[in-house]
Amino acid sequence: MSLVDFFAMGGYGGYVWGAYGLTALLIAAEIVAVLARLRNARSAARTDEVAR
Amino acid sequence: MDLTSINWFKYGSPVSFFPLAGRMARGFGIAAALLALAGLWLGLVVAPADAQQGDAYRIIFIHVPAAWMSMFIYLVMAAWCGISLTLNARLSAMMAQALAPTGALFTFIALWTGALWGRPAWGTYWAWDARMTSELILLFLYFGYLALRHAIDDPRRADRASAVLALVGAVNVPIIYFSVRWWNTLHQGASVSLTSAPKMAAIMLIGMLVMTFAAWFYSIAVALTRVRAIILEREKHAAWVGELAEAAQ
Repeated sequence: MSLVDFFAMGGYGGYVWGAYGLTALLIAAEIVAVLARLRNARSAARTDEVAR
Repeated sequence: MDLTSINWFKYGSPVSFFPLAGRMARGFGIAAALLALAGLWLGLVVAPADAQQGDAYRIIFIHVPAAWMSMFIYLVMAAWCGISLTLNARLSAMMAQALAPTGALFTFIALWTGALWGRPAWGTYWAWDARMTSELILLFLYFGYLALRHAIDDPRRADRASAVLALVGAVNVPIIYFSVRWWNTLHQGASVSLTSAPKMAAIMLIGMLVMTFAAWFYSIAVALTRVRAIILEREKHAAWVGELAEAAQ
Protein backbone atom coordinates (compact mmCIF):
# COMPACT_ATOMS: atom_id res chain seq x y z
CA MET A 1 0.00 0.00 0.00
CA SER A 2 1.45 3.36 -1.00
CA LEU A 3 1.23 6.54 0.99
CA VAL A 4 -0.99 8.04 -1.72
CA ASP A 5 -3.43 5.14 -1.34
CA PHE A 6 -3.35 5.58 2.42
CA PHE A 7 -4.35 9.23 2.22
CA ALA A 8 -6.93 8.55 -0.49
CA MET A 9 -8.76 6.09 1.82
CA GLY A 10 -10.36 4.40 -1.18
CA GLY A 11 -11.99 7.65 -2.26
CA TYR A 12 -13.34 8.45 1.20
CA GLY A 13 -10.30 10.55 2.23
CA GLY A 14 -12.33 13.73 2.71
CA TYR A 15 -14.73 12.06 5.14
CA VAL A 16 -12.17 9.99 7.03
CA TRP A 17 -9.53 12.73 7.38
CA GLY A 18 -12.21 15.33 8.06
CA ALA A 19 -13.32 13.22 11.02
CA TYR A 20 -9.83 12.38 12.30
CA GLY A 21 -8.39 15.85 11.56
CA LEU A 22 -10.94 17.95 13.43
CA THR A 23 -10.93 15.49 16.34
CA ALA A 24 -7.12 15.75 16.62
CA LEU A 25 -7.33 19.54 16.41
CA LEU A 26 -10.00 19.80 19.13
CA ILE A 27 -8.18 17.39 21.47
CA ALA A 28 -4.94 19.35 21.00
CA ALA A 29 -6.80 22.61 21.66
CA GLU A 30 -8.33 21.24 24.85
CA ILE A 31 -4.93 20.10 26.14
CA VAL A 32 -3.39 23.52 25.44
CA ALA A 33 -6.37 25.31 27.03
CA VAL A 34 -6.46 23.21 30.19
CA LEU A 35 -2.69 23.50 30.76
CA ALA A 36 -2.89 27.27 30.25
CA ARG A 37 -5.79 27.46 32.73
CA LEU A 38 -3.75 25.58 35.36
CA ARG A 39 -0.73 27.81 34.72
CA ASN A 40 -2.83 30.98 35.09
CA ALA A 41 -4.51 29.68 38.24
CA ARG A 42 -1.09 28.92 39.71
CA SER A 43 0.32 32.36 39.03
CA ALA A 44 -2.87 34.02 40.33
CA ALA A 45 -2.63 31.99 43.55
CA ARG A 46 1.04 32.90 43.87
CA THR A 47 0.25 36.62 43.50
CA ASP A 48 -2.41 36.22 46.17
CA GLU A 49 0.16 34.59 48.48
CA VAL A 50 2.63 37.46 47.98
CA ALA A 51 -0.15 40.01 48.68
CA ARG A 52 -0.84 38.25 51.94
CA MET B 1 -0.70 -2.11 49.70
CA ASP B 2 -3.45 -2.59 52.26
CA LEU B 3 -6.34 -0.50 50.99
CA THR B 4 -8.01 -0.29 54.38
CA SER B 5 -4.98 1.49 55.82
CA ILE B 6 -5.58 4.48 53.53
CA ASN B 7 -7.79 7.21 54.92
CA TRP B 8 -9.96 7.72 51.83
CA PHE B 9 -11.79 10.69 53.33
CA LYS B 10 -8.48 12.51 53.37
CA TYR B 11 -8.76 12.84 49.59
CA GLY B 12 -12.18 14.43 49.91
CA SER B 13 -10.45 17.63 50.89
CA PRO B 14 -9.00 19.74 48.05
CA VAL B 15 -5.68 20.32 49.82
CA SER B 16 -4.68 16.65 49.89
CA PHE B 17 -6.37 15.85 46.59
CA PHE B 18 -4.45 18.52 44.65
CA PRO B 19 -1.03 16.78 44.49
CA LEU B 20 -2.62 13.32 44.06
CA ALA B 21 -4.62 14.61 41.08
CA GLY B 22 -1.42 15.90 39.50
CA ARG B 23 0.33 12.54 39.72
CA MET B 24 -2.75 10.69 38.45
CA ALA B 25 -3.23 13.10 35.54
CA ARG B 26 0.32 12.48 34.36
CA GLY B 27 -0.06 8.68 34.52
CA PHE B 28 -3.42 8.60 32.76
CA GLY B 29 -2.21 11.12 30.17
CA ILE B 30 0.80 8.98 29.21
CA ALA B 31 -1.36 5.83 29.09
CA ALA B 32 -3.93 7.63 26.90
CA ALA B 33 -1.27 8.77 24.43
CA LEU B 34 0.21 5.27 24.09
CA LEU B 35 -3.24 3.69 23.68
CA ALA B 36 -4.25 6.29 21.09
CA LEU B 37 -1.11 5.55 19.03
CA ALA B 38 -1.82 1.80 19.19
CA GLY B 39 -5.50 2.32 18.38
CA LEU B 40 -4.78 4.60 15.41
CA TRP B 41 -2.29 2.08 14.05
CA LEU B 42 -4.81 -0.75 14.42
CA GLY B 43 -7.69 1.26 12.99
CA LEU B 44 -5.98 3.02 10.09
CA VAL B 45 -3.26 0.54 9.09
CA VAL B 46 -3.88 -2.99 10.37
CA ALA B 47 -7.66 -3.33 10.04
CA PRO B 48 -8.74 -4.16 6.46
CA ALA B 49 -11.27 -2.11 4.48
CA ASP B 50 -14.90 -3.06 5.03
CA ALA B 51 -16.52 -5.23 2.36
CA GLN B 52 -19.52 -2.90 1.98
CA GLN B 53 -18.33 0.49 3.17
CA GLY B 54 -14.72 0.46 1.99
CA ASP B 55 -12.48 2.75 4.06
CA ALA B 56 -15.30 5.08 5.14
CA TYR B 57 -16.10 2.78 8.07
CA ARG B 58 -12.74 3.72 9.69
CA ILE B 59 -14.55 6.71 11.20
CA ILE B 60 -15.96 4.14 13.67
CA PHE B 61 -12.67 4.18 15.61
CA ILE B 62 -13.39 7.75 16.76
CA HIS B 63 -17.17 7.88 16.43
CA VAL B 64 -18.11 5.04 18.76
CA PRO B 65 -15.55 5.80 21.53
CA ALA B 66 -16.55 9.50 21.42
CA ALA B 67 -20.26 8.66 21.60
CA TRP B 68 -19.72 6.26 24.50
CA MET B 69 -17.62 8.83 26.36
CA SER B 70 -20.20 11.58 25.76
CA MET B 71 -22.81 9.51 27.63
CA PHE B 72 -20.47 8.01 30.24
CA ILE B 73 -18.98 11.39 31.20
CA TYR B 74 -22.50 12.79 31.59
CA LEU B 75 -23.45 9.98 33.98
CA VAL B 76 -20.26 10.45 36.01
CA MET B 77 -20.86 14.20 36.07
CA ALA B 78 -24.46 13.68 37.25
CA ALA B 79 -23.23 11.28 39.94
CA TRP B 80 -20.76 13.89 41.26
CA CYS B 81 -23.61 16.42 41.18
CA GLY B 82 -25.77 14.05 43.24
CA ILE B 83 -23.00 13.63 45.80
CA SER B 84 -22.38 17.36 45.95
CA LEU B 85 -26.08 18.03 46.58
CA THR B 86 -26.60 15.36 49.24
CA LEU B 87 -23.28 15.64 51.10
CA ASN B 88 -22.69 19.31 50.30
CA ALA B 89 -19.15 18.34 49.27
CA ARG B 90 -17.44 21.05 47.29
CA LEU B 91 -14.77 18.84 45.72
CA SER B 92 -17.56 16.72 44.17
CA ALA B 93 -19.06 19.83 42.60
CA MET B 94 -15.62 20.79 41.30
CA MET B 95 -15.25 17.33 39.70
CA ALA B 96 -18.56 17.79 37.90
CA GLN B 97 -17.47 21.25 36.79
CA ALA B 98 -14.19 19.80 35.47
CA LEU B 99 -15.89 17.02 33.49
CA ALA B 100 -18.47 19.12 31.64
CA PRO B 101 -16.22 20.72 28.96
CA THR B 102 -14.65 17.35 28.05
CA GLY B 103 -18.10 15.74 27.90
CA ALA B 104 -19.30 18.49 25.59
CA LEU B 105 -16.18 18.02 23.44
CA PHE B 106 -16.80 14.29 22.99
CA THR B 107 -20.48 14.93 22.25
CA PHE B 108 -19.50 17.36 19.51
CA ILE B 109 -16.90 14.89 18.13
CA ALA B 110 -19.54 12.12 18.08
CA LEU B 111 -21.93 14.37 16.12
CA TRP B 112 -19.24 15.64 13.74
CA THR B 113 -17.78 12.22 12.93
CA GLY B 114 -21.31 10.82 12.67
CA ALA B 115 -22.18 13.43 10.05
CA LEU B 116 -19.04 12.65 8.04
CA TRP B 117 -19.81 8.95 8.23
CA GLY B 118 -23.52 9.37 7.53
CA ARG B 119 -22.91 11.07 4.20
CA PRO B 120 -21.05 8.13 2.53
CA ALA B 121 -23.03 5.45 4.42
CA TRP B 122 -26.59 6.81 4.23
CA GLY B 123 -26.33 9.67 1.76
CA THR B 124 -27.01 12.39 4.33
CA TYR B 125 -24.98 14.35 6.89
CA TRP B 126 -27.89 14.74 9.25
CA ALA B 127 -31.37 13.41 9.90
CA TRP B 128 -33.74 14.17 12.76
CA ASP B 129 -33.75 10.58 13.88
CA ALA B 130 -34.06 9.58 17.54
CA ARG B 131 -30.40 8.71 18.12
CA MET B 132 -28.98 11.87 16.52
CA THR B 133 -31.59 14.22 17.98
CA SER B 134 -31.12 12.91 21.54
CA GLU B 135 -27.31 13.16 21.15
CA LEU B 136 -27.76 16.78 20.02
CA ILE B 137 -29.89 17.39 23.12
CA LEU B 138 -27.00 15.98 25.17
CA LEU B 139 -24.72 18.64 23.69
CA PHE B 140 -27.25 21.32 24.68
CA LEU B 141 -27.45 19.86 28.20
CA TYR B 142 -23.68 20.22 28.57
CA PHE B 143 -23.89 23.79 27.21
CA GLY B 144 -26.80 24.55 29.53
CA TYR B 145 -24.87 23.21 32.53
CA LEU B 146 -21.83 25.33 31.67
CA ALA B 147 -23.91 28.44 30.88
CA LEU B 148 -25.84 28.17 34.14
CA ARG B 149 -22.60 27.84 36.13
CA HIS B 150 -21.22 30.84 34.29
CA ALA B 151 -24.31 32.95 34.98
CA ILE B 152 -24.17 32.56 38.78
CA ASP B 153 -21.42 34.46 40.58
CA ASP B 154 -21.46 32.59 43.89
CA PRO B 155 -19.75 29.22 43.20
CA ARG B 156 -21.68 27.35 45.91
CA ARG B 157 -25.02 28.55 44.51
CA ALA B 158 -23.79 27.70 40.99
CA ASP B 159 -22.92 24.19 42.28
CA ARG B 160 -26.44 23.59 43.52
CA ALA B 161 -28.33 25.05 40.56
CA SER B 162 -26.20 23.31 37.93
CA ALA B 163 -26.33 20.01 39.86
CA VAL B 164 -30.14 20.04 39.67
CA LEU B 165 -29.96 20.71 35.92
CA ALA B 166 -27.42 17.92 35.39
CA LEU B 167 -29.49 15.42 37.38
CA VAL B 168 -32.73 16.23 35.55
CA GLY B 169 -30.90 15.99 32.20
CA ALA B 170 -29.54 12.54 33.06
CA VAL B 171 -32.86 11.07 31.89
CA ASN B 172 -31.67 11.81 28.34
CA VAL B 173 -28.76 9.32 28.54
CA PRO B 174 -30.86 6.12 28.57
CA ILE B 175 -32.99 7.70 25.84
CA ILE B 176 -29.88 8.06 23.65
CA TYR B 177 -28.68 4.56 24.47
CA PHE B 178 -31.98 2.76 23.84
CA SER B 179 -33.23 5.07 21.05
CA VAL B 180 -32.18 2.62 18.35
CA ARG B 181 -34.35 -0.04 19.99
CA TRP B 182 -37.33 2.08 21.00
CA TRP B 183 -37.73 3.80 17.67
CA ASN B 184 -37.23 2.68 14.12
CA THR B 185 -34.34 4.98 13.32
CA LEU B 186 -31.93 5.66 10.49
CA HIS B 187 -29.08 5.05 12.93
CA GLN B 188 -28.12 1.39 13.14
CA GLY B 189 -28.55 -0.71 16.27
CA ALA B 190 -25.72 -1.61 18.64
CA SER B 191 -22.82 -3.52 17.08
CA VAL B 192 -21.37 -4.31 20.48
CA SER B 193 -23.31 -5.33 23.57
CA LEU B 194 -22.67 -7.23 26.76
CA THR B 195 -25.33 -9.82 26.04
CA SER B 196 -24.44 -11.02 22.54
CA ALA B 197 -21.38 -11.66 20.39
CA PRO B 198 -20.12 -8.50 18.64
CA LYS B 199 -21.32 -8.11 15.07
CA MET B 200 -17.94 -7.06 13.71
CA ALA B 201 -14.52 -8.49 12.88
CA ALA B 202 -12.21 -9.10 15.83
CA ILE B 203 -9.49 -6.68 14.70
CA MET B 204 -12.04 -3.88 14.26
CA LEU B 205 -13.49 -4.56 17.69
CA ILE B 206 -10.03 -4.56 19.31
CA GLY B 207 -9.11 -1.29 17.61
CA MET B 208 -12.37 0.28 18.78
CA LEU B 209 -11.87 -0.90 22.36
CA VAL B 210 -8.27 0.37 22.44
CA MET B 211 -9.48 3.78 21.22
CA THR B 212 -12.22 3.70 23.85
CA PHE B 213 -9.67 3.19 26.63
CA ALA B 214 -7.55 5.97 25.13
CA ALA B 215 -10.56 8.31 25.21
CA TRP B 216 -11.42 7.21 28.75
CA PHE B 217 -7.91 7.75 30.15
CA TYR B 218 -7.63 11.03 28.25
CA SER B 219 -10.87 12.23 29.86
CA ILE B 220 -9.56 11.30 33.32
CA ALA B 221 -6.25 13.09 32.71
CA VAL B 222 -7.86 16.27 31.35
CA ALA B 223 -10.59 16.39 34.01
CA LEU B 224 -8.04 15.95 36.81
CA THR B 225 -5.85 18.70 35.37
CA ARG B 226 -8.88 20.97 35.02
CA VAL B 227 -10.06 20.23 38.56
CA ARG B 228 -6.63 21.29 39.87
CA ALA B 229 -7.06 24.64 38.12
CA ILE B 230 -10.60 24.92 39.51
CA ILE B 231 -9.34 24.16 43.05
CA LEU B 232 -6.79 26.99 42.78
CA GLU B 233 -9.36 29.38 41.27
CA ARG B 234 -12.05 28.69 43.85
CA GLU B 235 -9.94 28.32 46.98
CA LYS B 236 -7.48 31.07 46.17
CA HIS B 237 -8.11 32.91 49.43
CA ALA B 238 -7.13 29.89 51.52
CA ALA B 239 -3.57 29.96 52.82
CA TRP B 240 -2.71 26.47 51.56
CA VAL B 241 -3.41 27.43 47.95
CA GLY B 242 -0.54 29.88 47.89
CA GLU B 243 1.75 27.26 49.37
CA LEU B 244 0.69 24.72 46.74
CA ALA B 245 1.24 27.21 43.97
CA GLU B 246 4.70 27.89 45.33
CA ALA B 247 5.62 24.21 45.31
CA ALA B 248 7.53 23.00 42.28
CA GLN B 249 5.86 21.16 39.35
